[in-house]
Amino acid sequence: MASSLAVPATDSITGHRLDFLLVAEMVEPGSRVLDVGCGDGALLSLLRERKNVDGRGIELSREGVNACLAKGLPVIQGDADTDLSDYPDDAFDYVILSQTIQATRQPRVVLENLLRIGRRAIVSFPNFGHWRVRVDLGFRGRMPVTENLPYSWYDTPNIHFCTIRDFVELCREVGAQMEKAVALNAGGKPMQVSLPWWVWNLLGDQGVFLLKRR
Amino acid sequence: MRFGADEPLMMDAGIALAPWQIAYQTYGTLNADKSNAVLICHALTGDQHVANDNPVTGKPGWWRTMVGPGRPVDTNRFFVICANVIGGCMGTTGPASTDPATGQPYALNFPVVTIRDMVRAQGALIDRLGIESLFCVIGGSMGGMQVLQWAASYPHRVFAALPIAAAARHSAQNIAFHEVGRQAVMADPDWRGGRYLLEGTRPSKGLAVARMGAHITYLSEMALHRKFGRNFQDRSAPTFSFDADFQIESYLRYQGISFVERFDANSYLYVTRAMDYFDLAAEHGGSLARAFQGSGTRFCVISFTSDWLFPTSDSRAIVHALNAAAASVAFVEVESDKGHDAFLLDEPEMFAAAYGFIDAAARARGIP
Repeated sequence: MASSLAVPATDSITGHRLDFLLVAEMVEPGSRVLDVGCGDGALLSLLRERKNVDGRGIELSREGVNACLAKGLPVIQGDADTDLSDYPDDAFDYVILSQTIQATRQPRVVLENLLRIGRRAIVSFPNFGHWRVRVDLGFRGRMPVTENLPYSWYDTPNIHFCTIRDFVELCREVGAQMEKAVALNAGGKPMQVSLPWWVWNLLGDQGVFLLKRR
Repeated sequence: MRFGADEPLMMDAGIALAPWQIAYQTYGTLNADKSNAVLICHALTGDQHVANDNPVTGKPGWWRTMVGPGRPVDTNRFFVICANVIGGCMGTTGPASTDPATGQPYALNFPVVTIRDMVRAQGALIDRLGIESLFCVIGGSMGGMQVLQWAASYPHRVFAALPIAAAARHSAQNIAFHEVGRQAVMADPDWRGGRYLLEGTRPSKGLAVARMGAHITYLSEMALHRKFGRNFQDRSAPTFSFDADFQIESYLRYQGISFVERFDANSYLYVTRAMDYFDLAAEHGGSLARAFQGSGTRFCVISFTSDWLFPTSDSRAIVHALNAAAASVAFVEVESDKGHDAFLLDEPEMFAAAYGFIDAAARARGIP
């Protein structure tokens, strides 16, 4: 499902999604990983190939689960909102929520579960504070429909959009420590770390966060 | 396969059954390193004839859609074994077999059978075939219970496990349905306290009623409505009698009558009882996760949306326990309106999931 919620840029040579490559860099080799909303298993496959992880997934769509099964990935058909509570504490080294938090009914509960199940959580999401979004809403007075977020307001699975700053605030509220924060520009390239938050929030197309329970 | 007096089957009821035998079918060829063996476990009224024409009914094997050349369980690639369960009536020792102590059929002197006894008997067969570890154990319904028992009892002998429309314990509702079926058999005067073979009678009416009741539980309201609705059978108006006016009545009567031709009434009592007693968590101090602790088996659990006999919640409980045990588990809920029987029918999504899981597992095991 993740791959269809938002459509981030891909590497022109390998075809891997740039945000996946960034997530893969954050994961220690040989670790246990749960990918929540793992889609067709592209990220899990990448992590298995490059980081030799013991990867598991949760995916809402049957097509996604079947695609994962065919790749030999142990993926459970399920829902981030309802099924994360089934997992024991500290079951994984990393729990990844890639381009999915904006589609959950209770993002805060989901984030708290990620931090409970995993020693670390990696969350990536489309930044609703991006200038093009602001232009659509501020000047055109319309809900934004962009290349990355191609849905109309009435049929979008994305029901809880947030900006990078909003997400940072949520992390503070749930007591998550930000070990790493990266904003990707529209081309999928990481933006300079030295830039202030408001620049990220305006020019960042996506936010990718490595979080740890405090 | 026969096991002599010196090779008893040690049963949960505390009885050493000997001699005993197990009837089985195989398909395909066992490879040189014996790594490609697949065990299919049949359901309550199934048998070993999974992919060949049934010698009793003349009908095609019960899982031809799943097992055969080019099917998800590809007999060109795997060595497939399917055995009749202990307590059954298709060649494996059961209540209709002759008790060597009396020279008469066991009838109710046959020890009560459990799912674990069925698995032990299959284990003895697998040993005899010289197979150390099975590539995959697959089954639906009661077959799925056996799959779970295999994985719990012999984790090192099961590389991959595929329980379909199964549960780790039989629910109160399901025990209730089974009890109604058993009481129908026992209420038939021709049952004769179980000694009908000796007395030359057959409790056909009772067994047929048991089958009719059970058959309803294998379907769904949607499927019944779609297939039969309120349609009349060969008539345009009710006859104001208790004749089979409705198609559904005629269908159930047919199901009942054809069942008694192929199934032994006492076997029905024993095998339903085995399902009732099944509670895998109870064997492990009440914790299902403990049943799978440290398991290296890769699991794929499949359920069906309209199955109310073994509902998705039962499958999710298995998945939950496997997760808690840090086992490798995949899970798919297939959309179907065909109820519990969906696992036996043409369900492309089930085949796709099974094919993907089995193929990936085979590659991981180095089976070409």
